[in-house]
Amino acid sequence: MRITQGTFSFLPDLTDEEIGLQVAYALRQGWALAVEYTDDPHPRNAYWEMWGNPMFDLADPAAVVHELRECRKVFPRHYIKINAFDSTRGFESVRLSFIVNRPPEEPGFELLRTEAQGRVQRYALRAYATDHPVGRRY
Amino acid sequence: MNVARTLEPPPVASASLAALYREAGIADVFERLDAELVGLVPVKTRIREIAALLVVDRARRQLGLNAEPPSLHMCFTGNPGTGKTTVAQRMAELLHGLGYIRRNHLVSVTRDDLVGQYIGHTAPKTREVLKKAMGGVLFIDEAYYLYRPENERDYGQEAIEILLQAMENQRDDLVVVLAGYKSRMDVFFRSNPGLSSRIAHHIDFPDYAPDELLAIARLMVRRMDYRLDAEAVAALCEYIALRLRQPHFANARSIRNALDRMRLRQANRLFSTALAGDGEVDADALRSIDSADIRSSRVFANASPAGEGTA
Repeated sequence: MRITQGTFSFLPDLTDEEIGLQVAYALRQGWALAVEYTDDPHPRNAYWEMWGNPMFDLADPAAVVHELRECRKVFPRHYIKINAFDSTRGFESVRLSFIVNRPPEEPGFELLRTEAQGRVQRYALRAYATDHPVGRRY
Repeated sequence: MNVARTLEPPPVASASLAALYREAGIADVFERLDAELVGLVPVKTRIREIAALLVVDRARRQLGLNAEPPSLHMCFTGNPGTGKTTVAQRMAELLHGLGYIRRNHLVSVTRDDLVGQYIGHTAPKTREVLKKAMGGVLFIDEAYYLYRPENERDYGQEAIEILLQAMENQRDDLVVVLAGYKSRMDVFFRSNPGLSSRIAHHIDFPDYAPDELLAIARLMVRRMDYRLDAEAVAALCEYIALRLRQPHFANARSIRNALDRMRLRQANRLFSTALAGDGEVDADALRSIDSADIRSSRVFANASPAGEGTA
């Protein structure tokens, strides 16, 4: 099951060239870029691991694409995303975020049902990938 | 995941070098180079050669011939004040016009920006600078400071290694220009032969001749919106001849400093005459530096061996 988090996630995977163009757009807006990765695809997992520091004062997307390639070399089967952070007062948050790398196979999620007080049903999502400890998923 | 989506233009039978040259807008850059930089013939020749190569490369690509982008890392050597930084800035403009680099920007750094203060600090610092410069030109001034042979635990070597790697692997994204004094750069390259061989263009900036220095001075005066009369020009000529013989002469930089001091003396002169009279000055007086302002320089009072920074 292909996970759909962030911008462009319903489109076919972007090529590096297209990623570069999106990054160039973000740079034109004056946003700072960061590369993050994870192997826990749960939708509530908001804090992914940072690949180095966020990059400020860049002029050209080549630097971000370079970092992305480096990250891919180390984590070829992880989820990797690029975040663009807007520091303008009032925003001060991520304005654009899209997945740029995903594992070849995404097993998806299991819906867990639990009986609570009375006959109340409680639901939870659990990624099949998290059966395995960190680093051995995918 | 990577689908090739580049559309090659259909190969044509011939390409117009003249049209490519016009399109690149480099004629403009050359004109400004000629107008703003006096002398420097070997430098200009090399820049023209590089520009010609890039235009030809573009034509080759149009005709579907193999056009491997050349390596354009450069090293500028020369005495202080010979225009290394200025040329580096023009270089960014020129290479951008020729489509070799994607952005017309120049990141100017020195040792402090590349080398860290403790173990593990240098690599991220250097990489960050490299990333900031990507797509443009990275100008490393006083590059020989990167290597300090007297301290074998110096982190400069680490910065050089990372730099080398980037120069080799990211040739499409980055042009590195090193600059420094000739003798010290020679020592630097002797101890880092890998660096020397990765730099295709070693360009030497010659010292200026006295008449070139005078032309530079007149250019600066005009740009600052001042004026020199014939007498003042003669005085300036003498000044340059005398200054050349003194220690710490830094070519155009010394001339700029001298002009700044002449402006100082002119302002002082105007002030005292205006206070003595009715306090009115006209535009002409404000603009003219006369020979007295030049001749009151300490350089003429031969006695003291004045260095850089003294009047």
